Amino acid sequence: MTRTTVAVRKHTWEHIRRNWGLYLLMLPAAVIFICFTYLPMYGVIIAFKDFKPASGIWGSQWAGLKYFERYFNSYMFTNTIMNTLFISLYTIAATFPLPILLALMCNQMYAKRFKKVFQVSTYLPHFISTVVMCGMIIMFLSPSSGVIPKILGMMGFQIGDLMGNADAFSGIYVWTEVWQHVGWDSIMYIAALSAIDPQLYEAAEVDGASKWQKILAIDIPMLVPTMVTLFILRCGSLLGVGFEKVYLLQNDLNIAKSEIISTYLYKMGLKSNQYSYSAAIGLFNNVVNFVILILVNQISKKISDTSLF
Amino acid sequence: MNSTAHALSRKRNHIRKSRADQIFDLIIYTIAVIMTLLALYPMYFILIASISDPNQVAQGNVLLWPRGFSLDGYRYLLSMGNLWNGYLNTILYSLAGTLIMLAVNIPVAYSLSRRDLVGRGFFTFFFIFPMFFGGGLIPTFIILNNTFHLVDTFTVMVLPFSVISYYIVVSRTFFMTSLPGELWDAAQIDGCGNLRYFFTVVLPLSKAILAVIALWAAVGHWNSYFNAMIYLRTPAKYPLQLVMRNILINNEMAASAMTGSAAADINRKANLIKYGAIVVSSLPIMTMYPFVQKYFNQGVMIGALKG
Repeated sequence: MTRTTVAVRKHTWEHIRRNWGLYLLMLPAAVIFICFTYLPMYGVIIAFKDFKPASGIWGSQWAGLKYFERYFNSYMFTNTIMNTLFISLYTIAATFPLPILLALMCNQMYAKRFKKVFQVSTYLPHFISTVVMCGMIIMFLSPSSGVIPKILGMMGFQIGDLMGNADAFSGIYVWTEVWQHVGWDSIMYIAALSAIDPQLYEAAEVDGASKWQKILAIDIPMLVPTMVTLFILRCGSLLGVGFEKVYLLQNDLNIAKSEIISTYLYKMGLKSNQYSYSAAIGLFNNVVNFVILILVNQISKKISDTSLF
Repeated sequence: MNSTAHALSRKRNHIRKSRADQIFDLIIYTIAVIMTLLALYPMYFILIASISDPNQVAQGNVLLWPRGFSLDGYRYLLSMGNLWNGYLNTILYSLAGTLIMLAVNIPVAYSLSRRDLVGRGFFTFFFIFPMFFGGGLIPTFIILNNTFHLVDTFTVMVLPFSVISYYIVVSRTFFMTSLPGELWDAAQIDGCGNLRYFFTVVLPLSKAILAVIALWAAVGHWNSYFNAMIYLRTPAKYPLQLVMRNILINNEMAASAMTGSAAADINRKANLIKYGAIVVSSLPIMTMYPFVQKYFNQGVMIGALKG
């Protein structure tokens, strides 16, 4: 050990000692995280064991990959993966581009009052709780008393019982998602657009550019970094379709298309107490999500220089 | 001469351009008006349906304004003890949960924002990694149930999930971009320690981020049902959203309210109660939102900055 490393080490310790307050500030959150987030990450080893509550996590017998094999070989494997992927890709296809369009549109509005009303009303549905949202969907679509079949009926369309139609499930899920969050999701793009230097627009006007041309040549290129960042994040949850809304919209008639990984593992784990099996499904799901996130992030780093980490 | 011709052509150009742009504006404002109506109408419909005669609603006569004004739905809601008990529980969970979230996340964010923190890389990883990977539902349940015995307690609703990586990232970015480094240098020269500096200088300068996190946390608590469904057993401890789930999705309503004989009649009454329950449960957030929306927007924008 050379004299300088000793000096540096001494200096570092001195620095830590002097700034003990900073570590104290992190202590409560660190304890909570270790107990309730990192300990469960360790607890995930029950996916490789025959977990028995009486023997505890460590005391239970090892089971190898038994539970993973059971999931991969069950007919629910393809079913849940396909449903999850389909709903997920459909959701991205609709809820990723629409907020961008909304922001571009909002950026073109010069009537201040109106713009404000427009923004507040399109943000508002974001604050409806999932439970209320699903209650509204079920009530509004009810074939006997729902307002949507009534209005469409007046216009001469018959839609039947959509909630009882398995093929309609993904559409209902995705388009209500759009209704609820499109305004809110546009905020980040609106912020990015408002940061554009007005001189760019002035220069384009001198060149005789129309509003449409300015959108294509200035607005969209300026939004690319924001788009890439948000896109990577979305891809990181490809197999992570929100449990809460799907679970509440499920019924016996649409279950063939609405059983996704998270609802299936909930039912296996907490309703039929197959802890290890359910933990294996959850681990598989999380690992796939994590790998996709890393992959997309690396690809994006290569081709666009934008990445999360 | 040349310059007048140039000016003329520019003027002509300008007029032609503005006509194309006028059509463009017309299209944009038309779409915007339609979207505003689409966003607001479902909520407006719930409101008018909740104060109308349920038979008129069922026949599809209530579309633009209330018909057969009646407060029967709300009268019945007043007698639903479980709904108000849920309301009270939610207020308690939201208050306690929000305070805990502020108390644990903000200090971490401040420490991580300090460039001179030894081990900053490690701690940042420690607090952000769970955003991308987790143990999953079942291992978390087993730890909370078998190790900590927290199932069906008040604590489980406010403490275990109070550290939110995203809140930490957003507040850390706020501290890094809005607190000048010289401030700490100056305080240090005056002999001010880290803790005193955090509580007497940083916090008073950070009301904006405190407001953002508090509002996010409060809305999150108010609207969530998942943790309650997993970790609570006693109906008396249920928060509002879980009670709402039983009313709206599982159609659980006291039979005493359903005095009508025909099934269709019962269904109509049930719908009236549901409309009312939606209004009552959403009212606090919906009425508060327009006044505090600037904080929400601010928060999203701070989050968009790269730290």
